[in-house]
Amino acid sequence: MKASKESFAYTPGLRITPYTYIRRVRSLPLKGEILVNKGEHVNFDTVVARCCIEGMPHIVKVAELLNIDTEETMRYLLKKKGDPVRRGEVIARYRALFGLINKTVVAEVDGFVENINEITGHVTIREPSKFLELTAYIKGTVDEVIPNEAAVIGTYGAFIQGIIGFAGENFGELRIAVSNPQEALEASMITESDAGKIVVGGSLVTYEALEKASKVKVKGIVVGGAKMEDLEKILKTRIGVAITGRENLDYTLILTEGFGKLPMSEAAFKILKENEGRVAAVNGATQVRAGVLRPEIIIPFEKSKHREEKEELGEGKMKVGSIVRIIRFPYFGAVGKVVELPIELHRIETESPVRVVKVELADGRVVTVPRANVEIIAE
Amino acid sequence: MATDVGSTTTKARFFGKVDGEWRFLSSGEAPTTVEKPVEDVTMGIRNAVREVEELTGHQIIDYSSRELKFIMPYQGGKKGIDVYVSTSSAGGGLQMLVEGVVKTITAESAQRAALGAGAIVMDVLSVDDGRDTYEKINTLRFLRPDIVLLAGGVDGGTKTHVLEMAEILAMAKPRPRFEIEFRLPVVYAGNKDAREDVKKILEENFDVRITENLRPTIEMERVEPARDTILQLFMEHVMAHAPGYEKLKKLVSTSIMPTPAGEGMMVRRFSELKGVNSIGVGLGGATTNVYSCFDGRFLRTVSANLGMSYSVGNVLKEAGVENAKKWVPFAVSAEEIMSIVYNKMIRPTTIPMTLEDLVIEHALARESIKMAFNHHKYLARELKGLKRERTISDIFEEVKAEETYIDLFRLDYIIGTGGLLSRAPRRNQSMMILTDAFQPVGFTALVQDSVFMMPHLGVLSTIHPEIALEIFEKECLIYLGTVIAGSGRDKVGAEMAKITVEYGDGKKENLTLQFGKIIRLEVPHETEVRVTVSPSRNFNFGAGFGRTVSRAVRGGVVGLVFDGRGRPIYVPEDEKERCRMLLDWYMSMNLYPKEKIEEWRSKL
Repeated sequence: MKASKESFAYTPGLRITPYTYIRRVRSLPLKGEILVNKGEHVNFDTVVARCCIEGMPHIVKVAELLNIDTEETMRYLLKKKGDPVRRGEVIARYRALFGLINKTVVAEVDGFVENINEITGHVTIREPSKFLELTAYIKGTVDEVIPNEAAVIGTYGAFIQGIIGFAGENFGELRIAVSNPQEALEASMITESDAGKIVVGGSLVTYEALEKASKVKVKGIVVGGAKMEDLEKILKTRIGVAITGRENLDYTLILTEGFGKLPMSEAAFKILKENEGRVAAVNGATQVRAGVLRPEIIIPFEKSKHREEKEELGEGKMKVGSIVRIIRFPYFGAVGKVVELPIELHRIETESPVRVVKVELADGRVVTVPRANVEIIAE
Repeated sequence: MATDVGSTTTKARFFGKVDGEWRFLSSGEAPTTVEKPVEDVTMGIRNAVREVEELTGHQIIDYSSRELKFIMPYQGGKKGIDVYVSTSSAGGGLQMLVEGVVKTITAESAQRAALGAGAIVMDVLSVDDGRDTYEKINTLRFLRPDIVLLAGGVDGGTKTHVLEMAEILAMAKPRPRFEIEFRLPVVYAGNKDAREDVKKILEENFDVRITENLRPTIEMERVEPARDTILQLFMEHVMAHAPGYEKLKKLVSTSIMPTPAGEGMMVRRFSELKGVNSIGVGLGGATTNVYSCFDGRFLRTVSANLGMSYSVGNVLKEAGVENAKKWVPFAVSAEEIMSIVYNKMIRPTTIPMTLEDLVIEHALARESIKMAFNHHKYLARELKGLKRERTISDIFEEVKAEETYIDLFRLDYIIGTGGLLSRAPRRNQSMMILTDAFQPVGFTALVQDSVFMMPHLGVLSTIHPEIALEIFEKECLIYLGTVIAGSGRDKVGAEMAKITVEYGDGKKENLTLQFGKIIRLEVPHETEVRVTVSPSRNFNFGAGFGRTVSRAVRGGVVGLVFDGRGRPIYVPEDEKERCRMLLDWYMSMNLYPKEKIEEWRSKL
């Protein structure tokens, strides 16, 4: 059988690295102000940028409310374009028959008159603008400033990507609550002293533990897997597509492996264990679509002992000898070494002719799996 | 060379002339590269084309260039190509927001125009959609569409309402998906008298494009000009913002087309060429697209968030675990189904390795198509708002007149395409999936895209229609067979119909179809047979309840399928009984390996 020396992986591997240089671009949604300078040191919660978000507009159907023709709107308006208005203030009045008919329109919100449309007889009141403040998210140094748009923060540290997360950014001290990656995180393992911390579990987080985390006010949970039904109960919503990050959850939850009871990868667990006690940044935002976004755990280091070039797994090249993890049943989670990359299509149990890879598992078994079902852990 | 840059995979298809005939030569596939670390679609294209090169020995890529470049034109022998075309649904395809005045009139027509351009419609707003202004604005503020289509009012009619909708849009200022500075394009296709006012309201913050009113009168719907403007904007703006598309635009011989537009084009050409009524389905990773060509009327719908990889979690959520389980012939818990489905959602490029896993995917495929078809039927209906002359009988049929114009008894063909169907290990599986999802009645031929090349041929047909059609007929279409089914219900095992199959050589076969059974006859496509069905009084096979019907039909790679499951398909409530019945059907259809079916049966 012909075999190729290397192949690309269909599923780009999740990055798990004990030491690398990490950069995060902190972009404003609209143009605004960058509050830091290049070279400045920032903490997790340092505000680095802000912008003004326009308030909510309210369209008031003045002509309709006063029962007048739309072109008459201006006549009965008490406010001009640009005027400030207070909630409850009269903005238009229609009087007839010596005051016997007296109709008014009042503003329902504080704001200002943004627009008067004489064709429709509508007046738009815009609520005051709000400032949106953006924090550094990670502790590090300002690497670059893109005026009015973004600040780039860089740091040396450990970096772990999860497979799916819930809720957005947070930071806190790492605390390992289990003794090994196979162990489930139970409610009893989370205590009052975990308030403000990021708690690390093994293969599963129980529903009770998810609830307890909320009560205790932990900042984050990082674990191998969770049951979908428990997640839906805690999130109070059904999950349809993997676009997350805005859930109404008190803490950030990151699953490193997937749904169900799945032991956390040894590599990720080892890094977390080694860094217990350090402060880490976590972000649950996930988008499994084009421009894929995975949840992450960043553990910034105070000082870099030695400079190291950014280490990337490149395009996901798989070679004989590459360490891969199988990511679909029946070998879900198994780690092994690539021993052969046959070129010819191979018929698997489903009778599908697919490109396969032969992987030698830790117990010595050699299994043949579709190339699409492995991810590269190390080259 | 033609490529489809899909949401998950980039598929290259290589066509060429062999002995004077246009043929499909080879295919290559690679992951679509719009994500880190390679944010450049041309990289995925290069990998897919390189696979074609490896398999054929034909040199296509010009390796002297760092950027992707093809050797063009054809240099003779195994070197170079003449034409390169591409479709794309990467980056979520074309996402649109639609605004109209009356929900069932202009908003519905506008929706058809957007869908006609191959768009995913994120939301449809109208004056009478039941949401107050505040809610409408709130919705708009958080959507990130690529293009907005604004319609409303007949020419010469009142302007107020359409201006109100323009005003809401102006105030909400929804932002485009890409880039902060980019002005969101708005296509205005409403009352022509309101054009100047609409411009005045919107032009400060939007890129306003005026096109013909898509509903110039209540009686008339004209969606083509709006659709063409949308397609032009898609090329100019949307594609230009996706990573690497600037490079891709320079490589192609004609405009890049949204995948559903390419796919739909072939369904339409097929129906027109044969003069038949047909329904097509493109079951993709992120969306399910349904096309219909009925009595010359063409309609395309894209159901966002119903798909087999990225959106598979949503299919389960919308269909419910119980409905998905309905098609699984072995004991499986809701938790196991959820685990398989949701892990596929977060690792969308993985494929089933076990038959159990495959069966569950097939179950979800049925549900996804079924829901997308319901969505399609909702839009496949007569224009609303017409004042019709009524007779007494019309009044009795009023409800019916509001329903879809897709009459399954008059449907001639069902065409299936998309990764899951094209890659199904046995063609019998795609035939069964399509049958269970569409539940055709009467006599319906089922056809399938052999290796998923309909989008490729669709875009190719814009410059070389004759080549595209030649390949489509000879290499793309696989005739699965004909399904013969009756509507109605009876007791399981009751006689449903007496059937006679007459072959060209005079051979006759008599069958009795019982309710709850499937009979499959292996008849190839080349063989035409005459099928005469005499149903019991509880069943209608096209001529009315209890009436005999006779038709000349052809088989296919799967054959003739006499479907005795009634319509809607009868599935027993009791789990064991259901599994037993499913296993009988799957055995008759030769759906999965016999030993596996026996193994499942032994565990019941």
